[in-house]
Amino acid sequence: MNEILEILSENAKATPSEIAALLGRSEADVAREISELEDAGVIKKYITLINWEKLDNSVVFAVLELKVALQRKTGYDAVAERIARFSEVESVRLISGDHDLSVTVRGKSMKDIAYFVAEKIAPLEGVQSTCTHFILKNYKEHGVILTEKPKPKRLVVTP
Amino acid sequence: MKQSLKNLPAWNADAHLSHVVKSMPPSGIRKFFDLVSEMDGAISLGVGEPDFVTPWHVREACIYSLESGDTHYTSNRGMPELREAICDQVRRDLKLDYNPAKEILITTGVSEAVDLAFRATLNPGDEAIVPEPCYVAYAPDIMLAGGVPRMVPTRLEDEFRLQPEEIAKAVTENTKAVLLSYPNNPTGAIMTRADLEDLADVVVENDLLVISDEVYAKLSYSVSHASFAQLEGMKDRTLILNGLSKSHAMTGWRIGYAMGDSALVGAMTKVHQYTMLCAPTMAQVAALEAMQKGNEEMLRMRHEYDLRRRLFVSGLNRIGLDCFEPRGAFYAFPSIQRWGLSSEEFAERLLQEQKVAVVPGNVFGQSGEGFLRCSYATSREELIEALDRMENFISGL
Repeated sequence: MNEILEILSENAKATPSEIAALLGRSEADVAREISELEDAGVIKKYITLINWEKLDNSVVFAVLELKVALQRKTGYDAVAERIARFSEVESVRLISGDHDLSVTVRGKSMKDIAYFVAEKIAPLEGVQSTCTHFILKNYKEHGVILTEKPKPKRLVVTP
Repeated sequence: MKQSLKNLPAWNADAHLSHVVKSMPPSGIRKFFDLVSEMDGAISLGVGEPDFVTPWHVREACIYSLESGDTHYTSNRGMPELREAICDQVRRDLKLDYNPAKEILITTGVSEAVDLAFRATLNPGDEAIVPEPCYVAYAPDIMLAGGVPRMVPTRLEDEFRLQPEEIAKAVTENTKAVLLSYPNNPTGAIMTRADLEDLADVVVENDLLVISDEVYAKLSYSVSHASFAQLEGMKDRTLILNGLSKSHAMTGWRIGYAMGDSALVGAMTKVHQYTMLCAPTMAQVAALEAMQKGNEEMLRMRHEYDLRRRLFVSGLNRIGLDCFEPRGAFYAFPSIQRWGLSSEEFAERLLQEQKVAVVPGNVFGQSGEGFLRCSYATSREELIEALDRMENFISGL
């Protein structure tokens, strides 16, 4: 994998000068490559991983499993792209197995999400069935263990 | 109680200690350890072990073995599967064949292997040559085996590689062995195959055994590790010592090994069976998992060290702490000679004024004076913060 992308995927705040120091390259060189990756759409966005469970104001997530009727010519794309446009929808993925689409939805409450599914997703043409799984606890996200305990300490000086 | 046993003079433990133990200097690190331990907010670049926790699949394999009740002794030499797995890896890495039945011994850390190597080979008065600066245990281990350590210097202008003239100068009729320790703690120096070839003549002329501590072999950057045993005709006279502590972040498990001629390894096995019996079984199980399935995680950790190495070494040079490029281990060894302070003074003031702990180079031998050992086995954020603090310190000198 591209070394710059590897660093940015771990830390979106890494600056070109920091990345240059890690890779032994020039800052200008790294900055140019990053903007090329942005222009090419490889880098889509720089986002922050938030542990919502640490906050009081409630955010609820659910995973929807959808069965979808395959459309002539457009396949799954038409209905998937239609679902992706809703701002409540965080992710849409075509999956193998019993269901066709896996959709992550964000809302203020379970009721909120249930209404959204009933009003916006289930009635869509092509959606044959929905199954809503509310997320109760998040253990790991983007490779980061959210429930991790503090690291055991090393001795401060050793030969 | 008998009358004669009352009112005895105070027990004098000191009179009962061995002369050898009494003559060994205490570790030079102790003082720093105490100072850093008491200080809040200090960043320590003084740690000689990985900051990574042992990969989970290794820990999980060990937990499963304990659940299954795998708690008995193994054979003295270590679990046959582990010996085979290590021989397989050495065949891949060094293109050398060792017989898992009689040319390898699993030890309790490389530390035990170093101790056994000297105890199995030195007679009272025999000398072993040790290049400095080096890890602190070699000379005491030689002394405990009844031998005499002959420390020889390595220098910055040679990028701390051992020079054949230094061996030639130190050799006497009592010299039996030379110790090699590359990639090196504390300098981060390596010796390439060509560098090692330069030593072969003087080794053969004086019929020396080569004891090669290669515990940092996997942590070689942009060049693959070379062992003295790979040189033509040198395999039989070389004892390779290695382990999983640094490569697989397994320091606390204490698993190392010795590989070489069956007579040498057999002699070490004798001492091992009377002193250690076998390396801890649960740690051997974990080591087997690491050898068989731990390559990806090892490469991931090495890659991270390499990124930090570039960040840190370029940072040291930028702030004026001149540093040659360390190509192995996870240490940088910058020079502080331009300020005219001793390594200890520099390190102590750096700690007190800016709360950055490094280890003064003289701890690792006289030729380490004028240098600092800085470990980059710590997070990028801490390295960047440490560089800022070191720059502040230097600007106040």
